[in-house]
This record gives sequence, C-alpha cells and structure tokens, in this order.
Amino acid sequence: MNEDRAAIQTFGLTKSFGALVAVDGIDLTVPEGEVFALLGPNGAGKTTLISMLCTLVKPTSGSALVAGHDIVSAGLEVRRHIGIVFQEPSVDDLLTGRENLSLHSMLYGVPRREIPGRIERMLAAVGLTDRADDLVRTYSGGMRRRLEIARGLIHEPRILFLDEPTLGLDPASRRAVWSHIRDLKKRVGATIMLTTHYMEEADDLADRVAIIDRGRIRELGTADELKRKVGGDIVVLKADVGPEAFAGLDFVKEALRQDDTLRLTVPDAHLHLKAILDRCPSIAEVQVRRVTLDDVFLKFTGHQIRDEEGRDTIFERIAGSLNAR
Amino acid sequence: MSLLTIEFNAVYAILLREAKIYFREKERIIAVLVSPLLFLFVMGRGLAGHSPVPGVSYQQFIFPGILCMVILFTAITYGLYIIWDKRLDFLKEVLAAPISRATLFLGKSLGGMLGAVAEAFILLLIGAAFILPLGPLRIAAALAASLLVSFLMAAIGLAIGARMKSMEGFGLVMSFLTWPMFFFGGALFDLNQSGPWLRLAAYLDPFTYCVDLMRHILLGWSVLPPALDLAAVLACTAAATAWGVVSFGALQQTR
Repeated sequence: MNEDRAAIQTFGLTKSFGALVAVDGIDLTVPEGEVFALLGPNGAGKTTLISMLCTLVKPTSGSALVAGHDIVSAGLEVRRHIGIVFQEPSVDDLLTGRENLSLHSMLYGVPRREIPGRIERMLAAVGLTDRADDLVRTYSGGMRRRLEIARGLIHEPRILFLDEPTLGLDPASRRAVWSHIRDLKKRVGATIMLTTHYMEEADDLADRVAIIDRGRIRELGTADELKRKVGGDIVVLKADVGPEAFAGLDFVKEALRQDDTLRLTVPDAHLHLKAILDRCPSIAEVQVRRVTLDDVFLKFTGHQIRDEEGRDTIFERIAGSLNAR
Repeated sequence: MSLLTIEFNAVYAILLREAKIYFREKERIIAVLVSPLLFLFVMGRGLAGHSPVPGVSYQQFIFPGILCMVILFTAITYGLYIIWDKRLDFLKEVLAAPISRATLFLGKSLGGMLGAVAEAFILLLIGAAFILPLGPLRIAAALAASLLVSFLMAAIGLAIGARMKSMEGFGLVMSFLTWPMFFFGGALFDLNQSGPWLRLAAYLDPFTYCVDLMRHILLGWSVLPPALDLAAVLACTAAATAWGVVSFGALQQTR
C-alpha cells in the first residue's frame, strides 16, 4: 500500500461512450478502512466508475490508483487487491454454490489447503450451508446475492467494491447483508466502496457519502454533514399556497414546489410552524420531518432520486423475477 | 504461493468449470453429433461419391474430414460464446480475477479443446464400429491430432468472439468463416482433382491441413506430406494463440 494510506485515488477520471459522458472528471480519495458510498440514481455513472476502478473498463481520460497501483498500466496488480460484488448476477448458474466458491478461490489465488475451510466459514456466514450442493439455477434472488457476497469476500480482499449489494433483495435479506458489511469493516478493516440508490443504505453503512449525478460528484461528506448542508428540517405542505407566500419569512431557507406539495426547509421547524401555517389560507396536509439523504439529493441535484428509478431498471426486473421464482 | 502456481491453478479452475458444465449438459453432447452423422450416413452412403483412394469407400474417405468438422463447429461455437458471456456478466468475475489475460485465454482455449475432443472421441468410436476398422493405436493418434486441431479452432473462435460486440455477428461468422473453412478444406473431395482456384482457396484454409493430417492418420493417405500438415497446423495454432492473447488483452466489459 502506498505511503499516504489512500486505498483509492482518482484524478479527473472520465469515461465516455460516444456522446454520452458516463463519468465526468471525478476526483476522489478514499482512505484505507473507510466505507464509502456512492449515492445516485440509475444511470448516474456509479457502475461505470466502479468498473473502471476494477480494471474492467478503460477510462477515456484521467487516471486512478487502487491499492497504490495504476488501474490502466498495472491492472493485474490492482486485481490482486480487490474483491467485487457485481450488480448483475454473475454467479455461475450451471455450477453449485460450493463449486462457485471453490473455483473463485482458485482463480483468486487462495492457497489450496485453506479453500475447504474458508468455503465452510463463508457458507455459514451467508446462511447457505444447507443449499451449498444445489445448482445455483435453483437459488432465489436473495440466495444468489448472498452467494455473490460470499464469493467477493472469500479471498479476503483489502478493498471491496459492492455494486448495489442489496438491489432486489427483500428487507430481511437486505438487513442481513448490511450486517455482513458492517462486520467485515470491523473484523478485517477492509476498505469498502459501495454504490446504492437506497438512501437508508448509504445513511446506515457509510462513513462518507458522495452524491453522484450525471457522472459528477455533486457533494461529498458524512451523512450528517450532508444533512446539515440542507440547513434544517423539512416542512411539507399540501395547501392552497405558492412559494411566494413565504418570501418575507427569513427562517424559511428554501421553498420548492413539487407536484401538488410545497417543501420548505426550515431550521428548528417546531419554533416556526405557527407562523408558516398562518400564511396558508387552507391546509389539506402538513408534515414536519428531519432531513433525510433524499432531501440532500434533491438539494444538490435539483431532482429526486426516485424520479429516475423507473428508467433503466432491467436489472431490477431481472432481480425481481429471480426473487419471484 | 508463487505467481506461476496461481496462474496454473487459474487455468485448472477455468478448465474444471468448462468440464463440469460440459458433462452436465448431456443433451448438447448428443445434439452436436447430429449433423456430422447426417453427413456420414446420408451423404456419405446415400450420395456415395467417388473416392480417390483405392479400396476406400466414399464414406470412409470423408470420415476424417467429418471428424475434423465436429471439432471445427464445436470449438468455434464454444469460442464465439464468449460474446454471450460478456453480456451476461459471468465473464466479469473471471476478468476481475488477478490472473493475466494470457492465462485466461489459455484456460478458455483448453476448455474448448476438451469439449471438442470429447465429441471427436465419441465420433471416432462410432466410426470404428460402423465405418472403418480402427485399432487402438490409430484412435490414440487421431485423438492426439484432435487435441491440436481443437485447440486451434477454439483459439480462433475465442479471438474472434473477444472482438465482437453482439451475438448478431454469430451467424455471420458461421456463414462467412466456419462453413467456407469446412467446404474449402477438402473434407468432402480430393484436392488433387480440383481446379486451381479451389486448390488455392484450400491451401489458404488452415482447416485443409487438419483434414489432411487426420486423413493420413486414419486412412494412410494424404495430399501433402504429413510433416508439412503438422507444421502448418502448429504454425496456425501459434498465430491464433498470439492473436487471441492480444484480443483478450483488449477485452472489456460490454453492455
């Protein structure tokens, strides 16, 4: 590892596909041992960024160091230090769970003698021991996901990339995956970079969160820092009133119309609620709540993360249909 | 563990995967043999063309060529399947592994070789039972040649597949490469009695040397000296391997 103890460093990393710039000049430094989340909608460039860092896609321009090695000129060295859990199912359908883990261990240079023991431990960790000798074809979506995670971890990588690790999982499996990730950080001290478009996931797991949209990092910090930047609580009004009604109130930091509701950003909302409500002639609904990363996302990108969820969801559909089986 | 051991284990792992999958899909093993059996028993016996070798029937004459055809089609199809792998993400796992692309190419080529040789072995047994008498020595020699030919064809398929982006190209490769390779290769006719253009095309076709070598082994008759055939096959294999390693080096995930 290099001296400044950065696990991942990127310098103006860019990838374009024809006219589309998927990743647009990203500069990042992720120190060793950090859990770093890339939060953004589908198509934001998260997967392309990770694919470049894993040496699967060559950057159009810019460069990056992973574990101190250049991703373009020292791809093999980079690959010796990383583990990846892919967004799309990449476990081998035609093999059993145990065979998947065994072949992966051989490919990733785990010493032969250690392989059977590690397989047993990982299978137990992800709760697949009793299905280990069934073909992956017969697994549910959640089981495949867990097998992928076991596979990504079995060679004990220093740096782990998780691309949408809980996409298409039911809530119980999602929580199980989260606890594995937390455990991994605690036990191994591995650096983890994960992408997600679930706010709770970034909030819950990550030391730092980068908001990524249209190939660029819009904002970066701890979840709390980001929330503080929004500057207060959120008051959502369903009322017969426009943003101009609150122009005179200086505690209203921001007023945004959204469909049929009005969102106000107000520090210490409980102190000012009466003044706000006094300005509304009629009110159908009022909601006061703490800032979530959703609000952060809206503030820094100008649109909500869920706006785009319906767009490029082929993988979700795959994951969904796998789950349904 | 030394780097060499890791690369060696990786080749073994890739090979093991291909072998397991291959032998689990028994229907495919049979399906691959349908068209060569049609060639042998319908065309070979029904058409009953002229055999240039005294004392050898037309069916026996085309047998070495059909044996090579099984290898050609199985191995090239296997190689082209890497396009499919690229899209399905199974390949990602292997591409992200800490092994060199040359190792990956070698593992995949050996995997394709294994499948094609297994098919060739079955066809050899069928041939020995119904078409021409073959001693164990000849079968062993034919298998050895099959290993080489299979590796060559798998390498060609993989090198092309690594460069192609969509499965639509698959049919084009079959029409514009595999079938011409087969027909120009002299599997069904005697090169000595064909016109100069056909002969020129044949000598540019690597498959010709494979068929000729196999014919020498199984029938004791060939157009070219077997040493020349062997040298040509080896040279083609070296070239295809070099080309394949370069193609794999440039291999990227496609979407």
